[in-house]
Amino acid sequence: MEQAPPDPERQLQPAPLEPLGRSDAGLGVAVDEEAEGAREEGSGGDTMTHNNFWLKKIEISVSEAEKRTGRNAMNMQETYTAYLIETRSVEHTDGQSVLTDSLWRRYSEFELLRNYLLVYYPHIVVPPLPEKRAEFVWHKLSADNMDPDFVERRRIGLENFLLRIASHPILCRDKIFYLFLTQEGNWKETVNETGFQLKADSRLKALNATFRVKNPDKRFTDLKHYSDELQSVISHLLRVRARVADRLYGVYKVHGNYGRVFSEWSAIEKEMGDGLQSAGHHMDVYASSIDDILEDEEHYADQLKEYLFYAEALRAVCRKHELMQYDLEIAAQDLASKKQQCEELATGTVRTFSLKGMTTKLFGQETPEQREARIKVLEEQINEGEQQLKSKNLEGREFVKNAWADIERFKEQKNRDLKEALISYAVMQISMCKKGIQVWTNAKECFSKM
Amino acid sequence: MDMNSFSPMMPTSPLSMINQIKFEDEPDLKDLFITVDEPESHVTTIETFITYRIITKTSRGEFDSSEFEVRRRYQDFLWLKGKLEEAHPTLIIPPLPEKFMVKGMVERFNDDFIETRRKALHKFLNRIADHPTLTFNEDFKIFLTAQAWELSSHKKQGPGLLSRMGQTVRAVASSMRGVKNRPEEFMEMNNFIELFSQKINLIDKISQRIYKEEREYFDELKEYGPIHILWSASEEDLVDILKDVASCIDRCCKATEKRMSGLAEALLPVVHEYVLYSEMLMGVMRRRDQIQAELDSKVEALTYKKADADLLPEEIGKLEDKVECANNALKADWERWKQNMQNDIKLAFTDMAEENIHYYEQCLATWESFLTSQTNLHLEEASEDKP
Repeated sequence: MEQAPPDPERQLQPAPLEPLGRSDAGLGVAVDEEAEGAREEGSGGDTMTHNNFWLKKIEISVSEAEKRTGRNAMNMQETYTAYLIETRSVEHTDGQSVLTDSLWRRYSEFELLRNYLLVYYPHIVVPPLPEKRAEFVWHKLSADNMDPDFVERRRIGLENFLLRIASHPILCRDKIFYLFLTQEGNWKETVNETGFQLKADSRLKALNATFRVKNPDKRFTDLKHYSDELQSVISHLLRVRARVADRLYGVYKVHGNYGRVFSEWSAIEKEMGDGLQSAGHHMDVYASSIDDILEDEEHYADQLKEYLFYAEALRAVCRKHELMQYDLEIAAQDLASKKQQCEELATGTVRTFSLKGMTTKLFGQETPEQREARIKVLEEQINEGEQQLKSKNLEGREFVKNAWADIERFKEQKNRDLKEALISYAVMQISMCKKGIQVWTNAKECFSKM
Repeated sequence: MDMNSFSPMMPTSPLSMINQIKFEDEPDLKDLFITVDEPESHVTTIETFITYRIITKTSRGEFDSSEFEVRRRYQDFLWLKGKLEEAHPTLIIPPLPEKFMVKGMVERFNDDFIETRRKALHKFLNRIADHPTLTFNEDFKIFLTAQAWELSSHKKQGPGLLSRMGQTVRAVASSMRGVKNRPEEFMEMNNFIELFSQKINLIDKISQRIYKEEREYFDELKEYGPIHILWSASEEDLVDILKDVASCIDRCCKATEKRMSGLAEALLPVVHEYVLYSEMLMGVMRRRDQIQAELDSKVEALTYKKADADLLPEEIGKLEDKVECANNALKADWERWKQNMQNDIKLAFTDMAEENIHYYEQCLATWESFLTSQTNLHLEEASEDKP
């Protein structure tokens, strides 16, 4: 039933010439427990099935969360939440699913997986993780990581994360990802053995490149601005939404006080009594309806948050481009200067400063043999340099091509998902209005009977 | 129709009052129309105060003209209320709006405060006009028709300050005794008043709180829509949908504003008036008790053969009449008041429910039309995709 273990080479594919084919198999934003992980069968032709683990459709779900205690690296006791990941393969013919793998992972392991992917797929917009700590909370919602509602929403977020990877045409093939889903013990060691931490670009290097690069691809510069704007506007939106939710909660809950007072009042009224009492009941219903309404809205907020975090993923791709471009520019600069040196040595003119030139002036001319030797060394270096520059150029162009293809894919996904999210927001509002009409119509009837 | 040509010197016997009350509150019999408007600020060297214009239109014979326009300040209203209470101690006089603003706003002449007060004063005068007995009160007529100087001189004719103070002292002294001998029906009435007062005060607080929460919700919501517009500026594909969402939110915002003002119009003033009424009712109970206490103290004096025993029976006779009069007046007015209260409360809450229904219906229509337009768009796009 399972495919043979994939080619180990697959695990270290930086920027292959991979056809990307059709995008993900309709990953909906409304988060389902079970969704498809693979590409559609038969789309995109042969290249899809080549070395593809997911020949059969698979379903991935993060089905449970459990509180655990253990000892951390400093041998101190800690409490954490573990998540159960279940993988099912779906028989194509009869649609039945069979559980193939089931293991527990904690948040830090998800982080490890993502950091690995970031290093090995710098040209891909890597899906973000759900937030580590609750942010943009309105006051009734707990900011506590152990709070069951937060854990539940995080469970859904982690499942979404895995589904995004599984439906990405390139990332889904990754061996480490496959092992994450299938190999419980030793997975961390396996990841660390890839040595990905060493391969990671240093933050300092990246920052340096950002400031000094002279000719980055304009599209990436624009993309960086876009991602900054996206982050800023979604943050703002989430903040205000939280405040609005807070206020709405207040409005609904205060009406609940009517319920109690009406009930007490009805005791002293003869004719008005019944009307008051039943109206009071409806006020209670109204007041308690807000809890579900706002819980639903929290899911909407989570959908927006995902794209807030995606902004950072976009910036990561831009940074990689800047780094590569800067590298290229430095190499070209270096090569140019060496060529110049060589030329000067050959013609005898000294335009560029060199230590050798200085010492020559101070201690006398060097011999023709010495000069020949130096020229030879330089020519070798120039040769090497030209080779390097060529390959860097090629690498750079490949990177730009592949990254931009993934960015286009991402844009389509983003537009689809956000449209769906906004529509689902409208649906929520409609439901809230209908409930409101219901309750107040009932209350009005009671009042008119008083 | 003869009822309305009563002369101001009508007999105050209990019987005639009860007869009168049977014909009360019919709209087509209304012949006195009063409006309170145009608040104006007056500045003198000593003080600053507000006057309100009062326009009276009437077809009653006892009025010299059919239309009157006068200006009155809050003090004048207080005076009128005092006179009515004096003349009819056990009738339920409509309440006046508070002297000072609750929650201590620094500016006494804040626009909202003035408007709220104006509406309450309008209500006050109209309630008096609608009251079968009070409407024919002489001081009331003078209040509505006299020029400023006429009113001032009329005011000075009343019992002096000292005698009024004496009355208060006696009232306090005898009020305790009155409670002991209170008839059953007035005990019931008193219980009701106490409980009603508690509940209406709570409802007043709750209603004010709801208004405050709705206002704060509105303030936050105003910011929410525009963010979507801001967002649309950096998007290509999502521009339209984001702008549509923004406009939906803005429309809901307007609906919220309307709901708020509806609450302020229909519910808050009514509930608050009944808070003041409940205080008024307690005062009425006290005055009734005091009248009874006077009788009781004389009866006691007779029983224990205290001084002036031969004069007492006659005094007692008069006081018994007075007590019977007061009790009957109160009983009749109580029934009338309760009926009005039920109607007013019922109307106020029904209006509140109606405002909320209307609010949710507006918001529903907004979002549903958004959804429809999105679905239509989607169908358009789908058909475009087909070659």
